[in-house]
Amino acid sequence: MMAYENEGFEEAHPYASPHEDMESLVLHDDDTNNNLSKSNGGAHGRDDNQRHYPHNSFNSFLEPPSYAEAVFRSFDGDHTKQINSHGVVSTSMPSTNSDYLKISVTDPREEEDLVAGGNTYVTYLITTWTNLPEFNGTEFSLRRRFKDIVTLSDRLSESYRGFFIPMRPDKSVVGKQVTQKQEFVEQRRMALEKYLKKLAAHPVIRRSEELRVFLQVQGKLPLMKTTNMASRMVDGAVKLPKQLFGEPVESAKGGGDLLRIFKELRQSVTYGWGATKPPLVEEDKEFMEKKMKLQEFELALGNVSLQAESLVKAQQDIGETMGQLGLAFVKLTQFETNEAMFNSQKARARDMKNVSTSAVKASRLYRELNAQTIKHLDKLHDYLGVMLDVNNAYSDRSNALLTIQTLVSEVSALNSRIEKLEAVAFKVFGGDSSRIQKLEELKETMRVTNEAKNQAVREYEYIKENNKIELERLDKERREDFIGMMKGFVVNQVGYAEKMSSAWEIVANETSGYAERCR
Amino acid sequence: MITTQRSHTGGGGLQSPRSPSSQPPFLSVSVTDPAKMGNGVQAYISYKVITKTNFPDYQGPEKIVIRRYTDFVWLRDCLFKKYKGIFIPPLPEKSTVEKFRFSAEFIEMRRQALDSFVNRIALHHELQHSEDLRTFLQADEQTMERARSQDTGIFKRKPADLMQIFRDVQSKVSDVVLGKEKPVEETNPEYEKLKRYIFELEDHLAEAQKHAYRLVKRHRELGQSLSDFGKAIKLLGACEGDALGTAFSELGAKSEMLSIKLQREAHHLLMNFEEPLKDYVRAVQSIKGTIGERANAFRQQCELSETIKLKEIDLNKLRLTRSEKMLDAEHEYEELKADGEEATRRFETIVKLMNEEIIRFQDEKTQDMGLAFHEFAKGQARLANGIADAWRSLIPKLDALTLSSS
Repeated sequence: MMAYENEGFEEAHPYASPHEDMESLVLHDDDTNNNLSKSNGGAHGRDDNQRHYPHNSFNSFLEPPSYAEAVFRSFDGDHTKQINSHGVVSTSMPSTNSDYLKISVTDPREEEDLVAGGNTYVTYLITTWTNLPEFNGTEFSLRRRFKDIVTLSDRLSESYRGFFIPMRPDKSVVGKQVTQKQEFVEQRRMALEKYLKKLAAHPVIRRSEELRVFLQVQGKLPLMKTTNMASRMVDGAVKLPKQLFGEPVESAKGGGDLLRIFKELRQSVTYGWGATKPPLVEEDKEFMEKKMKLQEFELALGNVSLQAESLVKAQQDIGETMGQLGLAFVKLTQFETNEAMFNSQKARARDMKNVSTSAVKASRLYRELNAQTIKHLDKLHDYLGVMLDVNNAYSDRSNALLTIQTLVSEVSALNSRIEKLEAVAFKVFGGDSSRIQKLEELKETMRVTNEAKNQAVREYEYIKENNKIELERLDKERREDFIGMMKGFVVNQVGYAEKMSSAWEIVANETSGYAERCR
Repeated sequence: MITTQRSHTGGGGLQSPRSPSSQPPFLSVSVTDPAKMGNGVQAYISYKVITKTNFPDYQGPEKIVIRRYTDFVWLRDCLFKKYKGIFIPPLPEKSTVEKFRFSAEFIEMRRQALDSFVNRIALHHELQHSEDLRTFLQADEQTMERARSQDTGIFKRKPADLMQIFRDVQSKVSDVVLGKEKPVEETNPEYEKLKRYIFELEDHLAEAQKHAYRLVKRHRELGQSLSDFGKAIKLLGACEGDALGTAFSELGAKSEMLSIKLQREAHHLLMNFEEPLKDYVRAVQSIKGTIGERANAFRQQCELSETIKLKEIDLNKLRLTRSEKMLDAEHEYEELKADGEEATRRFETIVKLMNEEIIRFQDEKTQDMGLAFHEFAKGQARLANGIADAWRSLIPKLDALTLSSS
């Protein structure tokens, strides 16, 4: 549970360590856990790795590796890269100095639900490799089911309000039927792995107790399952402010809670779900500007993502057609060779063979280019996902503000009731004992509510701080990721274009005689 | 526009004895300046045909006439009729799609094809002497129109139609159905091989051309998506601001620039690779027409041969009976014999010409395709280099960004 003890500090520090520590975490993290999901956390090194791999598809062309080839080779497969704080290329393997947290999700198995009786559910083997100190051990595994993931996700949402927490995979029911079950289970396994990797990549969450317990503590998940109705409704309709139905952060009395819940609900309805238009305007102008900019960014990103998809398709199509053209010429070559009655046919067959060879080569190059392009441009999709996480974090903030407002209005309502009652209670000589008793109760309630309000304010400030820190982290990571993405995309294009050019230049040279004859 | 040379080392032909020191004979033609004429349904394209020559029968040194597509068709039909055995250069098809007919691209493709057509005729050692060619290149528009309308109807049949007849005639099924006897065919194995070759070649070429055309489209599509992608990236750059935003903007700009390169390459590919392939297909189809003509000539020869034999029998019968019909019969017999000889001569000319033509054709196609392949490869290499250069220019900037971001 995140350290929100009732210390009564006016300032909230999200972590024990100062801000700089997070940065150092970011820079020194090994990226062995960053194979696919490098969305919003962890290490970012992925540029300019001059590793050379012994078996590489380009060796088959028997061409000397060019600069571009050496550089973009590093984007093959899941090889990860590193960048140190000076942005200089480094080829370091995971060293014992940097810490790592690698998670894999494997071996889905169907198990009997002994509690529910008759039902079955799927468990997954979660294996962790780490050298982080809080884990006792470097390698361990256990089995978890999807429900546990939901619990983990909910707990994290409650404890880390204001953070850009990666969203867990959907609960979708479609596909659970037997016929599609295998595919569904495999998709879920991949999604779970991606999710856990994202969590492990987040500088704060990877150190969280919730995650540790999930990964390490055997047996039934000891994270308390909340009466979190919001979680159950999340995948369906509206996303209710999680805090409303969760564990009360404030120590208010029972009855008052329920009333407050409905008040907040009403206010929420008035201002729209997760809206930020309460009577008290969000005073942080900077925050509002930032929010709007992020919305613009989200739109632009969505657009780029769309166009990237059509670019990928166009690259695929041209590669295919080039291949078909090549094949057509292969057939023609064979035909002319077999049927050759004249030397001119033999010459033509030779020319066709060269063309077909280059066309087939070009086709293969397009295919490879595309595979790499997809990997690079996938960053865009990742960040679209991150934007959703950001929106959640902003919702946390606006909900916290809503809570404050609700409590404030409650306090003032109580205050006016007290004043009225006071006016009446002491009119009677000696005091109206029942009314005085009531007055005492009210005063107590108000004291408690006021306490709750103060705590809500602290919570709000805490979330605000988290937002701010996360925004900075996002900016930095996004910047690095996007530069890396652009660089990767560009280098990739250069490399393949160079290869295609040399393939075609061979043919152009060998057929140059025909051009001269024309003059 | 190619200057004609005597590709055939036989005969002095047009070398004028009056001017032994004059330059060798040449006939140089070009088809240029397409212009839209008329309106609505009647609209058509007219072309300027420029002839530069020192041929004695021609109005030299230069003559310009205006011709339209149907004039070219007339010329092709005349040549097809009069020069049996020779592979008449192919013409571009009539456009069936109304909208496309007047697009700049279509007009340019057609102009190029018509130019090729006339040039090939002018280059051909036999065809270049054709009277019809001279009419086509020199006559004024009224004469041309008269000539055109005179011959329409007779030569409306395209070589493709003749081919259809040829094919039907070869089909056993139709023979059985129609109760026809199997018609006479050559049994020359080499010729059989040639016929098979031509038919299969057409199929192979048609497939290659289909993919070539698709490749042109793919270039256009890739260009379009690069343009859209570039624009989108630029917008993203505007959101980012500062150095990163600038980098995005530049990336977007490069992408848009490459889009233009791709469109250009698509056009180049169309005109210099796809069209020559299409031209090759048409040429093969034209040969099929010649094959049909040869079959006709062979059949005629056979039929006449049969008729002559029968006539001889008749004649002998009449000779025996000393009938008054005998003289007439003898007359007819002599005529038939002359026709028979004529038919044989015609057939043998076709065979001889075809043998020469096939060599010429193969040489020509190797040259034509060699050039087309060269242009294709050159274009692709140029495009790839352009792409590499454009993206490469961004790398130093991105490197600088990486260094500054930490």
